[in-house]
Amino acid sequence: MSHIKVELKPDQVAKIKEICKSFGNNPGELINVLHQTQGTFGYLPAEVQEVVAAELNIPVAKVYGVVTFYSFFTMIPKGKHPISVCTGTACYVRGAEKVLDEMKRILNVKVGETTPDGKFSLNCLRCVGACGLAPVVLIGEKVYGRVSPDGVKDILKEYED
Amino acid sequence: METVKLTIDSKQVEVPKGTTIYKAAKSMGIDIPVLCYMDLHDLGVENKPAGCRICVVEIAGRRNLAPSCSTVCMEGMEVKTHTTRVINARRTVMELLLSDHPKDCLTCPKSGRCDLQDMSVRLGIREIPGQEFAAMSTYKKDFSPSIIRDVDKCIMCRRCETMCNQVQTVGALSAVNRGFMAVVAPAFEQDLVKSPCTYCGQCVAVCPTGALTEVDHTAKVIRALADPTKTVMVQTAPAVRAALGEEFGLEPGTLVTGKMVSALRKIGFNYIFDTDFAADLTIMEEGTELLDRLTRHLNGDKSVKLPILTSCCPAWVNFFEHNYTDMLDVPSSAKSPQQMFGAIAKSYFAEKLGKKREDLVVVSVMPCLAKKYECQRDEFKHEGNPDVDLSLSTRELANLIKQFNINFMELPDEDFDRPLGESTGAAVIFGATGGVIEAAVRTAYELHTKKALPRVDFTELRGMDGIRTATIDFDGLPIKIGIAHGLGNARKLLDQVRSGQADFHAIEIMACPGGCIGGGGQPLHHGDSSIIKARMAAIYREDAGKSIRKSHENPYIIQLYEEFLGKPMSEKSHHLLHTQYFDKGKKDIYIK
Repeated sequence: MSHIKVELKPDQVAKIKEICKSFGNNPGELINVLHQTQGTFGYLPAEVQEVVAAELNIPVAKVYGVVTFYSFFTMIPKGKHPISVCTGTACYVRGAEKVLDEMKRILNVKVGETTPDGKFSLNCLRCVGACGLAPVVLIGEKVYGRVSPDGVKDILKEYED
Repeated sequence: METVKLTIDSKQVEVPKGTTIYKAAKSMGIDIPVLCYMDLHDLGVENKPAGCRICVVEIAGRRNLAPSCSTVCMEGMEVKTHTTRVINARRTVMELLLSDHPKDCLTCPKSGRCDLQDMSVRLGIREIPGQEFAAMSTYKKDFSPSIIRDVDKCIMCRRCETMCNQVQTVGALSAVNRGFMAVVAPAFEQDLVKSPCTYCGQCVAVCPTGALTEVDHTAKVIRALADPTKTVMVQTAPAVRAALGEEFGLEPGTLVTGKMVSALRKIGFNYIFDTDFAADLTIMEEGTELLDRLTRHLNGDKSVKLPILTSCCPAWVNFFEHNYTDMLDVPSSAKSPQQMFGAIAKSYFAEKLGKKREDLVVVSVMPCLAKKYECQRDEFKHEGNPDVDLSLSTRELANLIKQFNINFMELPDEDFDRPLGESTGAAVIFGATGGVIEAAVRTAYELHTKKALPRVDFTELRGMDGIRTATIDFDGLPIKIGIAHGLGNARKLLDQVRSGQADFHAIEIMACPGGCIGGGGQPLHHGDSSIIKARMAAIYREDAGKSIRKSHENPYIIQLYEEFLGKPMSEKSHHLLHTQYFDKGKKDIYIK
């Protein structure tokens, strides 16, 4: 689970309550409620799950159970600059894994995690349709082609404030 | 009633529509093995997630094998329960379960009473193929004051989840994560102490493996007994005597009060006392409090809160501290019998012995796991020294007796020591649902009306129905009483009180189904409620056999008030025998 503490503002709580209410506060609609809530907040921190549980009148353990069961749901916020390393076949055979390892080493996070300062989140994806540029890395909307492990450091430097 | 006809193992059978194959087979004497399945008929709860697949059977015309626990019988079905295909599938399922299960059976606390172990024996498993290269899922251990979670041993039967959510409505446990990482855990995989867990122990009572077990205090008791500077005394709860015999092969419902006392003396406790004595004391305090609130209410005092709720059950106390934080002034302020005993033992009795409280060790034997937590609560300590030092479950006592090489069956019947071992029939029935309120009625009636009770037995307060109500005539004053056992039923009753729909004067609540006799620390009943009923009958038998059956007539209770406490609800009583409740509702995260 995420250890990031979140303090919900009253308008955020009101938004979650509104979503719950739009589904009639029906416990059977939990997945839909979570789906929409994640759509609004980007992720589902513990504090959000507490509110959902209270509104639907179900144990928060149940909500957490559903959140951890479906891989679509996440408790970790995306970073300011989401990094996606393509591990599709073409990128993979041209060294995507080494690039990924270097990302993990420098950022000190695992795949699916976000750096403690919230700047970068690291994920993998399968093929962006630019196999000619393999291995490919996406940071936000920007595409980097023919990335080598040595080049990772310079790419990340671009995002220094 | 609509029925369907089918054949199981080539035999014709007709069953009501909707019957599962497992139950239909059972009605014919065919015992299909089940593991995750659990039928708590009297609680109206069935656990059938069809998760383990041990109970699979072959159905003619169906491509795959069907889980019999959750597949409904259809007209003309041909079911086979022991074909080669079925037997091989069952073995494979078992081997897969075991491949991700620790192999420390020799030292596992559940060894000898483990359903997984029994199933392995039954299916004749001799090796676990592929385990040398198979990874094992591992998970942190969780130690709470009462319950240990070692979910490496969890087989995802989800029985605990059913007890925690459907029966008790506590909602501490849920299945989380998926696949190899799946376990049953509290929200955000926090430890139990940070969850709304009440330590009722019903999850432990149904866990088929060593994934959920009690915190074992026996080693600490043995150490205390061996310490020459300590005077060690023991108190035994009413429900223990009605179930302990089961651990020694006796029929459920056999009373072993005398043998239990004898065994405790052989083990070497300096004083063998009875929690029943403190139960009588509880009635004096709680009954007086009830009458006090009632009189004020009848005189038009609007500040008085009714109904009064019993407060003997520590899991129930935890439950309302978590869920009914707006009603903390409603329960009786009387401590539980365990804690009253400790408080009196380390004051009144310590004075009599001329000893300091630090030199006394008070051990309790309880049918309960929440008692382990209760005796560690800060408000029950005096300068760090707890009123009750250690709490054993009924199961742990049985184990202790075995460790001391005692042939339980050969023991003579012996009596409790005086003065804290004398008790009345009213105290004994604390062990069964409805018992506390019946005991309170016996005393409150006589104190209120100043007349002798025309009858002692209030059968209208007894029984196994989850929620019961009765009106008792206090010589012209009708007293409305509510009773609930099982926290799910308690919630229903409490919600009625909260919304103002119910107008009870007094309510008794016990967290465990059946009351303490079905407690989380009792010998495992594997969902067989006839065992709970037999224990209940034994409790009422013990009551009927007592010469004194009303708490206020206990001569040693009378003496305690004369010599030490003064009168019920006196300042000294208030200090020693009453407590307060705390708001454990989590408010720091959720903004209402």
